[in-house]
Amino acid sequence: MNFFDRFAVPNPSITIYASMIAIALTVIAIIAGLTYFKKWQYVWSEWLTTVDHKRIGIMYLISALIMLFRGGADAIMMRAQTAVPDNTLLGAKEYNEIFTTHGVVMIIFMAMAFIMALMNFAIPLQIGARDVAFPRLNALSYWLYFFGAMLFNISFVIGGSPDSGWSSYFPLAGTDFSQSVGTNYYMLALQISGLGTLLTGINFITTILKMRAPGMTLMKMPMFVWSALVTNFIIVFAFPVLTVALAMGTMDRLFGTNFFTTENGGMDMLWANLFWVWGHPEVYILILPAFGIYSEIISTFARRNLYGYKSMVISMVAISLLSFLVWVHHFFTMGQGALVNSIFSVTTMVIAVPTGIKIFNWLFTLRKGKIEFTVPMLYTLGFIPIFTIGGVTGVMLAMASADYQYHNTMFLVAHFHLVIIPGVVFAMIAGLTYWWPKMFGFMLNERIGKWAFWFIAIGVCVTFFPMFISGLNGQARRMYTYSESTGFGIWNMISFVGALGLLVGFILIVYNIYYSTRYSPRNIPGDPWDARSLEWATPTPVPEYNFAVIPHVDSSEAFWDYKKKGYQLFRDPVQSIHMPNNSGLPIIIGAGFFVWGFAFVFGIWPVVILSTLFIFGCLAYRSLEKDHGHYIPVSDIEIDEQGGSVQ
Amino acid sequence: MNLRRIMMVLIFACTTILAGCQPLKVLDPKGPQARTTANVIWISIGTMAVVVLVVIAMFAYLIIKYRASKQEEDYEPPHIEGSLKLELIWTAIPVVIVAFLSVVTIISTFKVEDVPEGYSKEPLVIYASSSNWKWHFSYPNEDIETVNYLYIPTDRPVQFKLYSYGPISSFWIPQLGGQKYAMADMVNTLNLAADVPGEYSGRNANFTGEGFAEQTFSVNAVSPQEYTDWVEEVKTTADVLTKEKFGELLQPGHLGQSTFKGTHLTFSPPPENHQMGEKSTEKMDTDMNEMNMGDMEDMDHSNMSQ
Repeated sequence: MNFFDRFAVPNPSITIYASMIAIALTVIAIIAGLTYFKKWQYVWSEWLTTVDHKRIGIMYLISALIMLFRGGADAIMMRAQTAVPDNTLLGAKEYNEIFTTHGVVMIIFMAMAFIMALMNFAIPLQIGARDVAFPRLNALSYWLYFFGAMLFNISFVIGGSPDSGWSSYFPLAGTDFSQSVGTNYYMLALQISGLGTLLTGINFITTILKMRAPGMTLMKMPMFVWSALVTNFIIVFAFPVLTVALAMGTMDRLFGTNFFTTENGGMDMLWANLFWVWGHPEVYILILPAFGIYSEIISTFARRNLYGYKSMVISMVAISLLSFLVWVHHFFTMGQGALVNSIFSVTTMVIAVPTGIKIFNWLFTLRKGKIEFTVPMLYTLGFIPIFTIGGVTGVMLAMASADYQYHNTMFLVAHFHLVIIPGVVFAMIAGLTYWWPKMFGFMLNERIGKWAFWFIAIGVCVTFFPMFISGLNGQARRMYTYSESTGFGIWNMISFVGALGLLVGFILIVYNIYYSTRYSPRNIPGDPWDARSLEWATPTPVPEYNFAVIPHVDSSEAFWDYKKKGYQLFRDPVQSIHMPNNSGLPIIIGAGFFVWGFAFVFGIWPVVILSTLFIFGCLAYRSLEKDHGHYIPVSDIEIDEQGGSVQ
Repeated sequence: MNLRRIMMVLIFACTTILAGCQPLKVLDPKGPQARTTANVIWISIGTMAVVVLVVIAMFAYLIIKYRASKQEEDYEPPHIEGSLKLELIWTAIPVVIVAFLSVVTIISTFKVEDVPEGYSKEPLVIYASSSNWKWHFSYPNEDIETVNYLYIPTDRPVQFKLYSYGPISSFWIPQLGGQKYAMADMVNTLNLAADVPGEYSGRNANFTGEGFAEQTFSVNAVSPQEYTDWVEEVKTTADVLTKEKFGELLQPGHLGQSTFKGTHLTFSPPPENHQMGEKSTEKMDTDMNEMNMGDMEDMDHSNMSQ
């Protein structure tokens, strides 16, 4: 293929040209806007170079919301295409690209980023710390994620998107059957952002283990901190597998190795195994922080302490261990025999036990409570029944003999959407609404929020319940169309209607952000929800250093004790505070990785070599750099605290 | 128990009514393997329906009873650490449910992986190979080959040998049984049987690229006599499958149905690795020996060495 031909989109269509123009216009608008309002200096010094965990959290949040709409647009197109039989809205090639990018964007670039956003924002505050253990590494994690996501997204307009499914099974994803550069993008974008995730894992384990406030033993940590600790351990154990698998896949595609080919000793089954050895724990990387968020919200709005704290912790640890022992259930049909399948069926079903413990503990937290139906609580309560339905269908899928009939069908699609959406997406919106006042200093409108909730909750059910039926009727997933005689039409039409409901819900969320930004009152207290954990002991907006004085803790709800029992949180005198300096290096290294990845995708080796040297040069510079941070003098702290609400 | 039965009737009623009185394919089995999985699915739906009902009932009761608007202004919810007894109860109940479903799973999985029982005849062996985006069916004993359609006799087990000339595909006839992968570097064995004559739809269920949606085939289950007649007819009327012709068939694209004398197994043998832990290896070996085909000998050895 001619060198320049590879940059062209393989199957151009109006949607692609329209998005090219939209991307160009957006970029021009951002550059022009920043220049016109003279905000370059502000954006660079306050945001792009920041090492503050709260700001990094907010940048993750914005990225995740943008990716949510990118992935959501894909979803709507898929549902529209399949709404009626023999539809010609999209062709097979476009549909294949769209469902592939929908999966990757939603899992890797939306859900992961959303979790990172909330962990970054809340964890240091909840453990009474002033930042994470390695603030600059944290910024690097974000920029690796960001540039990985950008690299993945430009595939749409330069060279073509990946089209072999988010699981990218070989040999379909190999050069024999996927000639365009799409799968190269997949391999490299995931590699770059995965590297960022791995660094986050190390960073947060260290932060949680080493930087808790005095008195906060492990069993006195808020449940979200526990979930983040367990999650980051899973990240550190699971992501290296993805790194290796992607490296092998990249070498197969670009250097002609034979790891996953079907000849010369290669083994396509190996990719499926490696992918799911990472992929299944990945599911729990998404769901455990969500469980943590629900635990925080449910005890806040039931006005009660979390029921069964110890069994909550034990069940999370159990889930994290089991998550590494179930990957074969993603391909019971690969022919490993009845014995192997039976073993993995049992390990998979066993996960229902700790999950059940959590559900019942949440239910019993409601008991004798005083339940307030705020927006975060609505999502939490909506999660329980819908997730239970999604969860029990997971037990059904775990039964190998029955899975032979569910595998690769819409039944499976219904199942995992009905656990991921109420599990992860609901938790993210709930957490977003819950921590929003701490992030931005005003509340989101409750009325619009409730409307959005009902559209989303009902929309999810209407979209995904019909898929159970069409799956049992033999509709395989990933089919861009079907004939009328199959009888799938009615179910897919109902799904499409549900998807429109979801669309309305998400638009309402955006409208709510706009509306509340304009009209919400700004004089809110530091603890507007009457909550229980330490992040609410800070003034709003939270100062750079979080806590002027590091709190002392002696229960899992120290702030509640402070409010109700007169417990003394802040005992030490105010001293000058040591904080890290901002640095432009993370974004520069991230940009270096972007160039590296882009050049790698197209095999422009001189650029690959130069950018590799550049990245190592940056690392060397950082290693030799002397930067001891700065001290905030006591006088500045006292000025800040005058506006504070708590102390 | 009663509740479960009522639930099952209810769910069944709902699904069938909603499906326009047409039973869903997976739950409308036409052979022993599909019947086993359909039963497993009903057992699991029943069990899970009870779980869902209990959770939703508790949930509804709690959020109605303990909502703030129903309570005194100054009510302070108590601090309750938890209860070892209660927490053990809701650990034990799921353990019992999972144990029950595990037993069901293990028994049924071994059953559907094996040659279905209760048939006097030896299984009919058919090599089913996929290529983008077609299915090739080779009948080694009958020495015929078809594309995109199958004839199988009722009341006789059918043993499919699955492999692929392209990406991983999944061979699936919902009304006869579950699916299994067809891969380029390994032969998988799938045991099915049809009890009821009829035409059933089959397809590739695993995404294989552009033409995936239309990669379907039809299965004609006919009486043993009709089957023998069909084989004879094919042998007298069909063209011989040559290496060149097969090469043309493998080209990516869609084809209608076609029929040939001879199989591609002679000049394009299947991959040498066979499904591990296969229980019917001996049977397969006898099939192979019956076939008496020189180029198959390599495969025999690979089986014996396992």
